[in-house]
Amino acid sequence: MKAQANILVYDGTFEGLLTCIFCVFEQKMEITGIFTEEQVQHHIFSLPEVVVTNIKEYERVKTGLQKIASPTGYKQLYFAFLSELPGIELTILRYAQQAFTQADFSSKDYGDPVVLKIVQTAKMVSREKHRMEAFVRFKLTKDNIYFALIEPDFHVLPLILRHFESRYADQKWIIYDKRRKIGLFYDLTSTVYVQFENYQFSKNSNKKSGIYEENENEYEDLWQNYFNSVNIPSRKNTKLHVQHVPKRYWKYLSEKRPLHK
Amino acid sequence: MSFERTREKLNILADAAKYDISCSSSGSKRSNKNKGLGNSDGMGICHSYTEDGRCVSLLKILLTNHCIFDCAYCITRKSNDIPRAAFKVQEVVDLTMNFYRRNYIEGLFLSSGIFKSPDHTMERLVQVAKKLRLEENFNGYIHLKSIPGASDELMQEAGLYADRLSVNIEIPTISGLKLLAPDKKHEDFTKPMLAVKTGIDQYKSEKKIIRSTPKYAPAGQSTQMIVGATGESDRDVMYSAAYYYKKYQMKRVYYSGYIPVASDNRLPAIGTAVPVLRENRLYQTDWLLRFYGFDIRELLNEEHKNLDLDIDPKLSWALRNRGLFPLDINTAEKHRIARIPGIGLKSVYKIIEARKYRKLNWDHLRKIGVALNRAKYFITCDSRGWVKQDLNSIQIKGLVLQESASKFRKEFSNQLSLF
Repeated sequence: MKAQANILVYDGTFEGLLTCIFCVFEQKMEITGIFTEEQVQHHIFSLPEVVVTNIKEYERVKTGLQKIASPTGYKQLYFAFLSELPGIELTILRYAQQAFTQADFSSKDYGDPVVLKIVQTAKMVSREKHRMEAFVRFKLTKDNIYFALIEPDFHVLPLILRHFESRYADQKWIIYDKRRKIGLFYDLTSTVYVQFENYQFSKNSNKKSGIYEENENEYEDLWQNYFNSVNIPSRKNTKLHVQHVPKRYWKYLSEKRPLHK
Repeated sequence: MSFERTREKLNILADAAKYDISCSSSGSKRSNKNKGLGNSDGMGICHSYTEDGRCVSLLKILLTNHCIFDCAYCITRKSNDIPRAAFKVQEVVDLTMNFYRRNYIEGLFLSSGIFKSPDHTMERLVQVAKKLRLEENFNGYIHLKSIPGASDELMQEAGLYADRLSVNIEIPTISGLKLLAPDKKHEDFTKPMLAVKTGIDQYKSEKKIIRSTPKYAPAGQSTQMIVGATGESDRDVMYSAAYYYKKYQMKRVYYSGYIPVASDNRLPAIGTAVPVLRENRLYQTDWLLRFYGFDIRELLNEEHKNLDLDIDPKLSWALRNRGLFPLDINTAEKHRIARIPGIGLKSVYKIIEARKYRKLNWDHLRKIGVALNRAKYFITCDSRGWVKQDLNSIQIKGLVLQESASKFRKEFSNQLSLF
């Protein structure tokens, strides 16, 4: 028997990962790791096999998973995938293997470690999605576009798209993930992914180049004033405050930054 | 718009509105269909949290803090010497729109001191909501205060534009009300509640016949009670709450630990600590009523007029009803599992699903998220690991307190050190 690779390399998309799962089944592979090209360079311990994304194969795996693991289970897999946690690809593969081979498989079998791992990871991502729906702070630019920067823990842009599209249907907006260097742009008709080349997001450049509408600081001030006015000092509870608004998000929350004046 | 002046007003009128606890922005069904601004068609979003740990979801302000009433517990009472301000209708509309567009808020919570007359005040509140809906095409969340004493007609109109209406009962007992708010009658509060309930029922039944019937206060109504101002017992508070839930189909009753805002010998002195722990226990009890299938009389009654402060109300109930336990986690019915201390509704659901596939043991339960430090004394499961079941209630309570690091422990050591 020909020696098989036990490491797969894919293009980093969910479609690509499901294609890997297809290959594993079709070629009866024994896989110990699935990586993107970037990741795999760090640990070459065996010859990796590169899997080319194939939409037909992706569709077949998707349909199968939706049927066996239920649409909710499939959604949880997608959410877990967007966590980008190291090794999550392999957990998703194990989940699919169980789904396709165990007769009594269920996405609600919370006593099973793989199922529970996927459910809990999906929950983490879903929390981050909800946080981003809350913590995005738009600033109006001179081009009449509401612009926001974010740095979420997980890749939640695909998950928040619909929420913002339906909410801000009558204004143009951009939400840019600075860490992943990709953003959403809504132009009053549809939302597309955008990437800015060589764009400096440092605070100084924003102020100097004056990309924002002249009253923008005033609205931020009003918001900061409001935020401080509704606080009840005799009930101060810093632990709870930080639990709800973890410090890593403060950078982009206008109410948590010092006042302009 | 003069930002300077707006800022001053905002500071005064947000400061005065902050004692209203309600900040919920969920439960409505108003989706953005016409390419307008905003939607409130699902869960609420807390956009930020103040340093006291409370959620900031709505632009919560008073239209004005001028008031003709002199209720002792209220910061805007007539006799209080504080700066006064008033927003114009358009100013509130502009602020709401501009905050919403920047994703600061889910919508508007508008209350007001009562100037001239209840109807006059209510009419202005309705104007703001109407303008936002009709002129600005705003589909965000609007919570309006029902002004005690406002006419039924105005309440009818308010419900057409607002997602939620609320009137704060404030003082849980009628005797307390007489003492602290002599100008107000109990009926002033209940009349608008009844008007809203009638409105909701009426529009609901019409909607069954004519689909295009407009929505009336789709997120229902809520109310708020101040606790710790008049020496009322937890039983008084929760029996009132249960009554309002039942009689007016309240979506929520909020409990607000009294924050001393006046030197008045009828009230706790300024500087008295806010009873946050008591407030917390009341909310836990409220949840047990609404989601866990408890009857209020099981939790509070003639023998137990007040909740235990050192342990949660479910544990306290379970310790008084040891005969119902232990339950086998792998066979017990759902509604019984919901009554086990340390098991929340999410865990109940997970246990019910997971046990279909295998017998659950301690390890499964821990990973699912059950608080075993409390639950273990009340359950059996598929495990050799054995927990002593022959402990008496006092021993269990002692062990739970010893093993858990309650977020309130500090307050307890303070209280206990008195002895």
